[in-house]
Amino acid sequence: MKGNEALAEAALRAGLQAYFGYPITPQSEILEYLTEHAPQRGVVVLQAESELAAINMIYGASGAGARVMTSSSGPGISLMQEGISYMASAQLPCLIVNVSRGGPGLGTIQPSQGDYFQAVKGGGHGDYHTIVLAPSSVQEMADFVFEGFRLAELYRTPALILADGALGQMMEKVELPKEGSLPRTDKPWATVGKPAWRERNIITSLHIEPEKMEQVNLELQAKYRAMQKEVRYEEIKTKDAEILLVAFGLAARIAQKAVELAREREIKVGLLRPITLYPFPSYGISELSRKVTALLVVEMNAGQMVEDVQLAVSGRRPVHFKGRMGGMIPSPEEVLEAIESIAESYRIPAFERSM
Amino acid sequence: MELLTTTNGMEVVYQKPPTLTDTPLRYCPGCGHGVVHKLLMEVVDEMKIQDQTIGVAPVGCSVFAYDYMNIDMQEAAHGRASAVATGIKRILPDKYVFSYQGDGDLAAIGTAETIHTVNRGENILIVFINNAIYGMTGGQMAPTTLLGMVTSTTPFGREQQVMGYPLKITDLVAQLPGAYYVTRQAVHTVQAVRKAKKAIRNAFVYQTRRQGTCFIEIVSNCPSGWKMTPVEANDWLEKNMLPFYPLGDLKVPAS
Repeated sequence: MKGNEALAEAALRAGLQAYFGYPITPQSEILEYLTEHAPQRGVVVLQAESELAAINMIYGASGAGARVMTSSSGPGISLMQEGISYMASAQLPCLIVNVSRGGPGLGTIQPSQGDYFQAVKGGGHGDYHTIVLAPSSVQEMADFVFEGFRLAELYRTPALILADGALGQMMEKVELPKEGSLPRTDKPWATVGKPAWRERNIITSLHIEPEKMEQVNLELQAKYRAMQKEVRYEEIKTKDAEILLVAFGLAARIAQKAVELAREREIKVGLLRPITLYPFPSYGISELSRKVTALLVVEMNAGQMVEDVQLAVSGRRPVHFKGRMGGMIPSPEEVLEAIESIAESYRIPAFERSM
Repeated sequence: MELLTTTNGMEVVYQKPPTLTDTPLRYCPGCGHGVVHKLLMEVVDEMKIQDQTIGVAPVGCSVFAYDYMNIDMQEAAHGRASAVATGIKRILPDKYVFSYQGDGDLAAIGTAETIHTVNRGENILIVFINNAIYGMTGGQMAPTTLLGMVTSTTPFGREQQVMGYPLKITDLVAQLPGAYYVTRQAVHTVQAVRKAKKAIRNAFVYQTRRQGTCFIEIVSNCPSGWKMTPVEANDWLEKNMLPFYPLGDLKVPAS
């Protein structure tokens, strides 16, 4: 199954109640799949007049208590930032999927990780974060829909799946999660009509008194601190590693191949793959960094996550970077070259032996 | 609404509906917002649909509409009220949903959302307050500002060569097949208030027919932004606004 289609079908099985979206390559299959398969399952699906309208329909439907999702790619996600900031502040859960492409600007439709900063640092105006999940396979494209909805509703916040064009378009075997396995959550705050027995519900991000606005900010920050326990990452061959690779999404698959190639050359290399990009596995990286000589961050951008890795490592070890931009995908051999050059510069013994 | 009899034997002949909260209105003296808020909530009260009505508040002077209306409400980003209302109505098709928007919100930054919401025939009511000015931000030019009208961003009067023409968006909306009921009303006289209330009531009733969007423009005033007393503002509205934005129905249901 194609990544985009697996994600769309998973959303239906996860109890999606409404999808609003706008076509953009390389994610239009999500909208297409849902317009074909959602209505007969009682799910609202609507092609909006813009991404701006789509995210605001999501705001309205989420505020009315529905489990909602939208999807787009970089340029469209940029348009949605206004609404995402409002939803973060109004504490509305939703799932946003970014099947990202090369930028900046209109860029290219080829896969990229250039939207990392936008995804993990908030993206819109004001102090907020969205939960960010980074799949690296079609299986995870499907699985993370469930996880995204669960976390979004648990923390009453927008959650984002940061995929890329390759993951959206590639076909892989996938075991789809069971329908109905994600229970509905109670939403007493939803605007569904005020009965006589309760006060009116108001969904808003406006608090004109600075004292109150600061209080809302403090609540948001407390929530982001609480989210830190949701950190997820995967370690591959890190036990004896002297060089630690850090990569997410598609880049992690390439990095994993490079680890294998390096190990064939007896260079002890491991990989840490962040699965949640926000919250970021800073502690895991920090702990592992103590045991290695150097780190290499591999990304499909000009070097974005590398800044978060550097923060986690705090200057304890050198952090190197290998990236390609504009829709170009680094090859495992290119990454291997970078590994070899690091091994050589730090005179890592295994490397000398392999020479 | 049931009228109460006081203990001293005097009869209460008028009171605010329970669908309005006790929060004191913060609108400027003479402003039309308070009247329109009251008309909307009176209709909700009379139809006994407080538990079935969801409102969407705009960015602009009426951004705090939810402080006054005692119903479930959502605050929308600038211009996006009809998209937010679409999201609500699609999830709650049996509920009454209305958006309340000013001229800047509906006819400038939210033009695309307005046109497409009506063109889809969303079964909602859009209340459009047209006072030809941006009140909240201090009296700047609106898309509906009349030619020659002085605002803080048209200090020499709106010039067509520079800023184009005032936009009659209600006339535009009336052309769309998704529009079911389109009318232009005012609240500057007692007679106008009565007619406006009837239009609002019609629009709420029509929503149950699921035949398309109801759209009510209220030609209103802005004494503060227009730099006039309330009496002068209503007089100016009558002499300048109404000739350009004539009151009456633009589209009515067949039956």
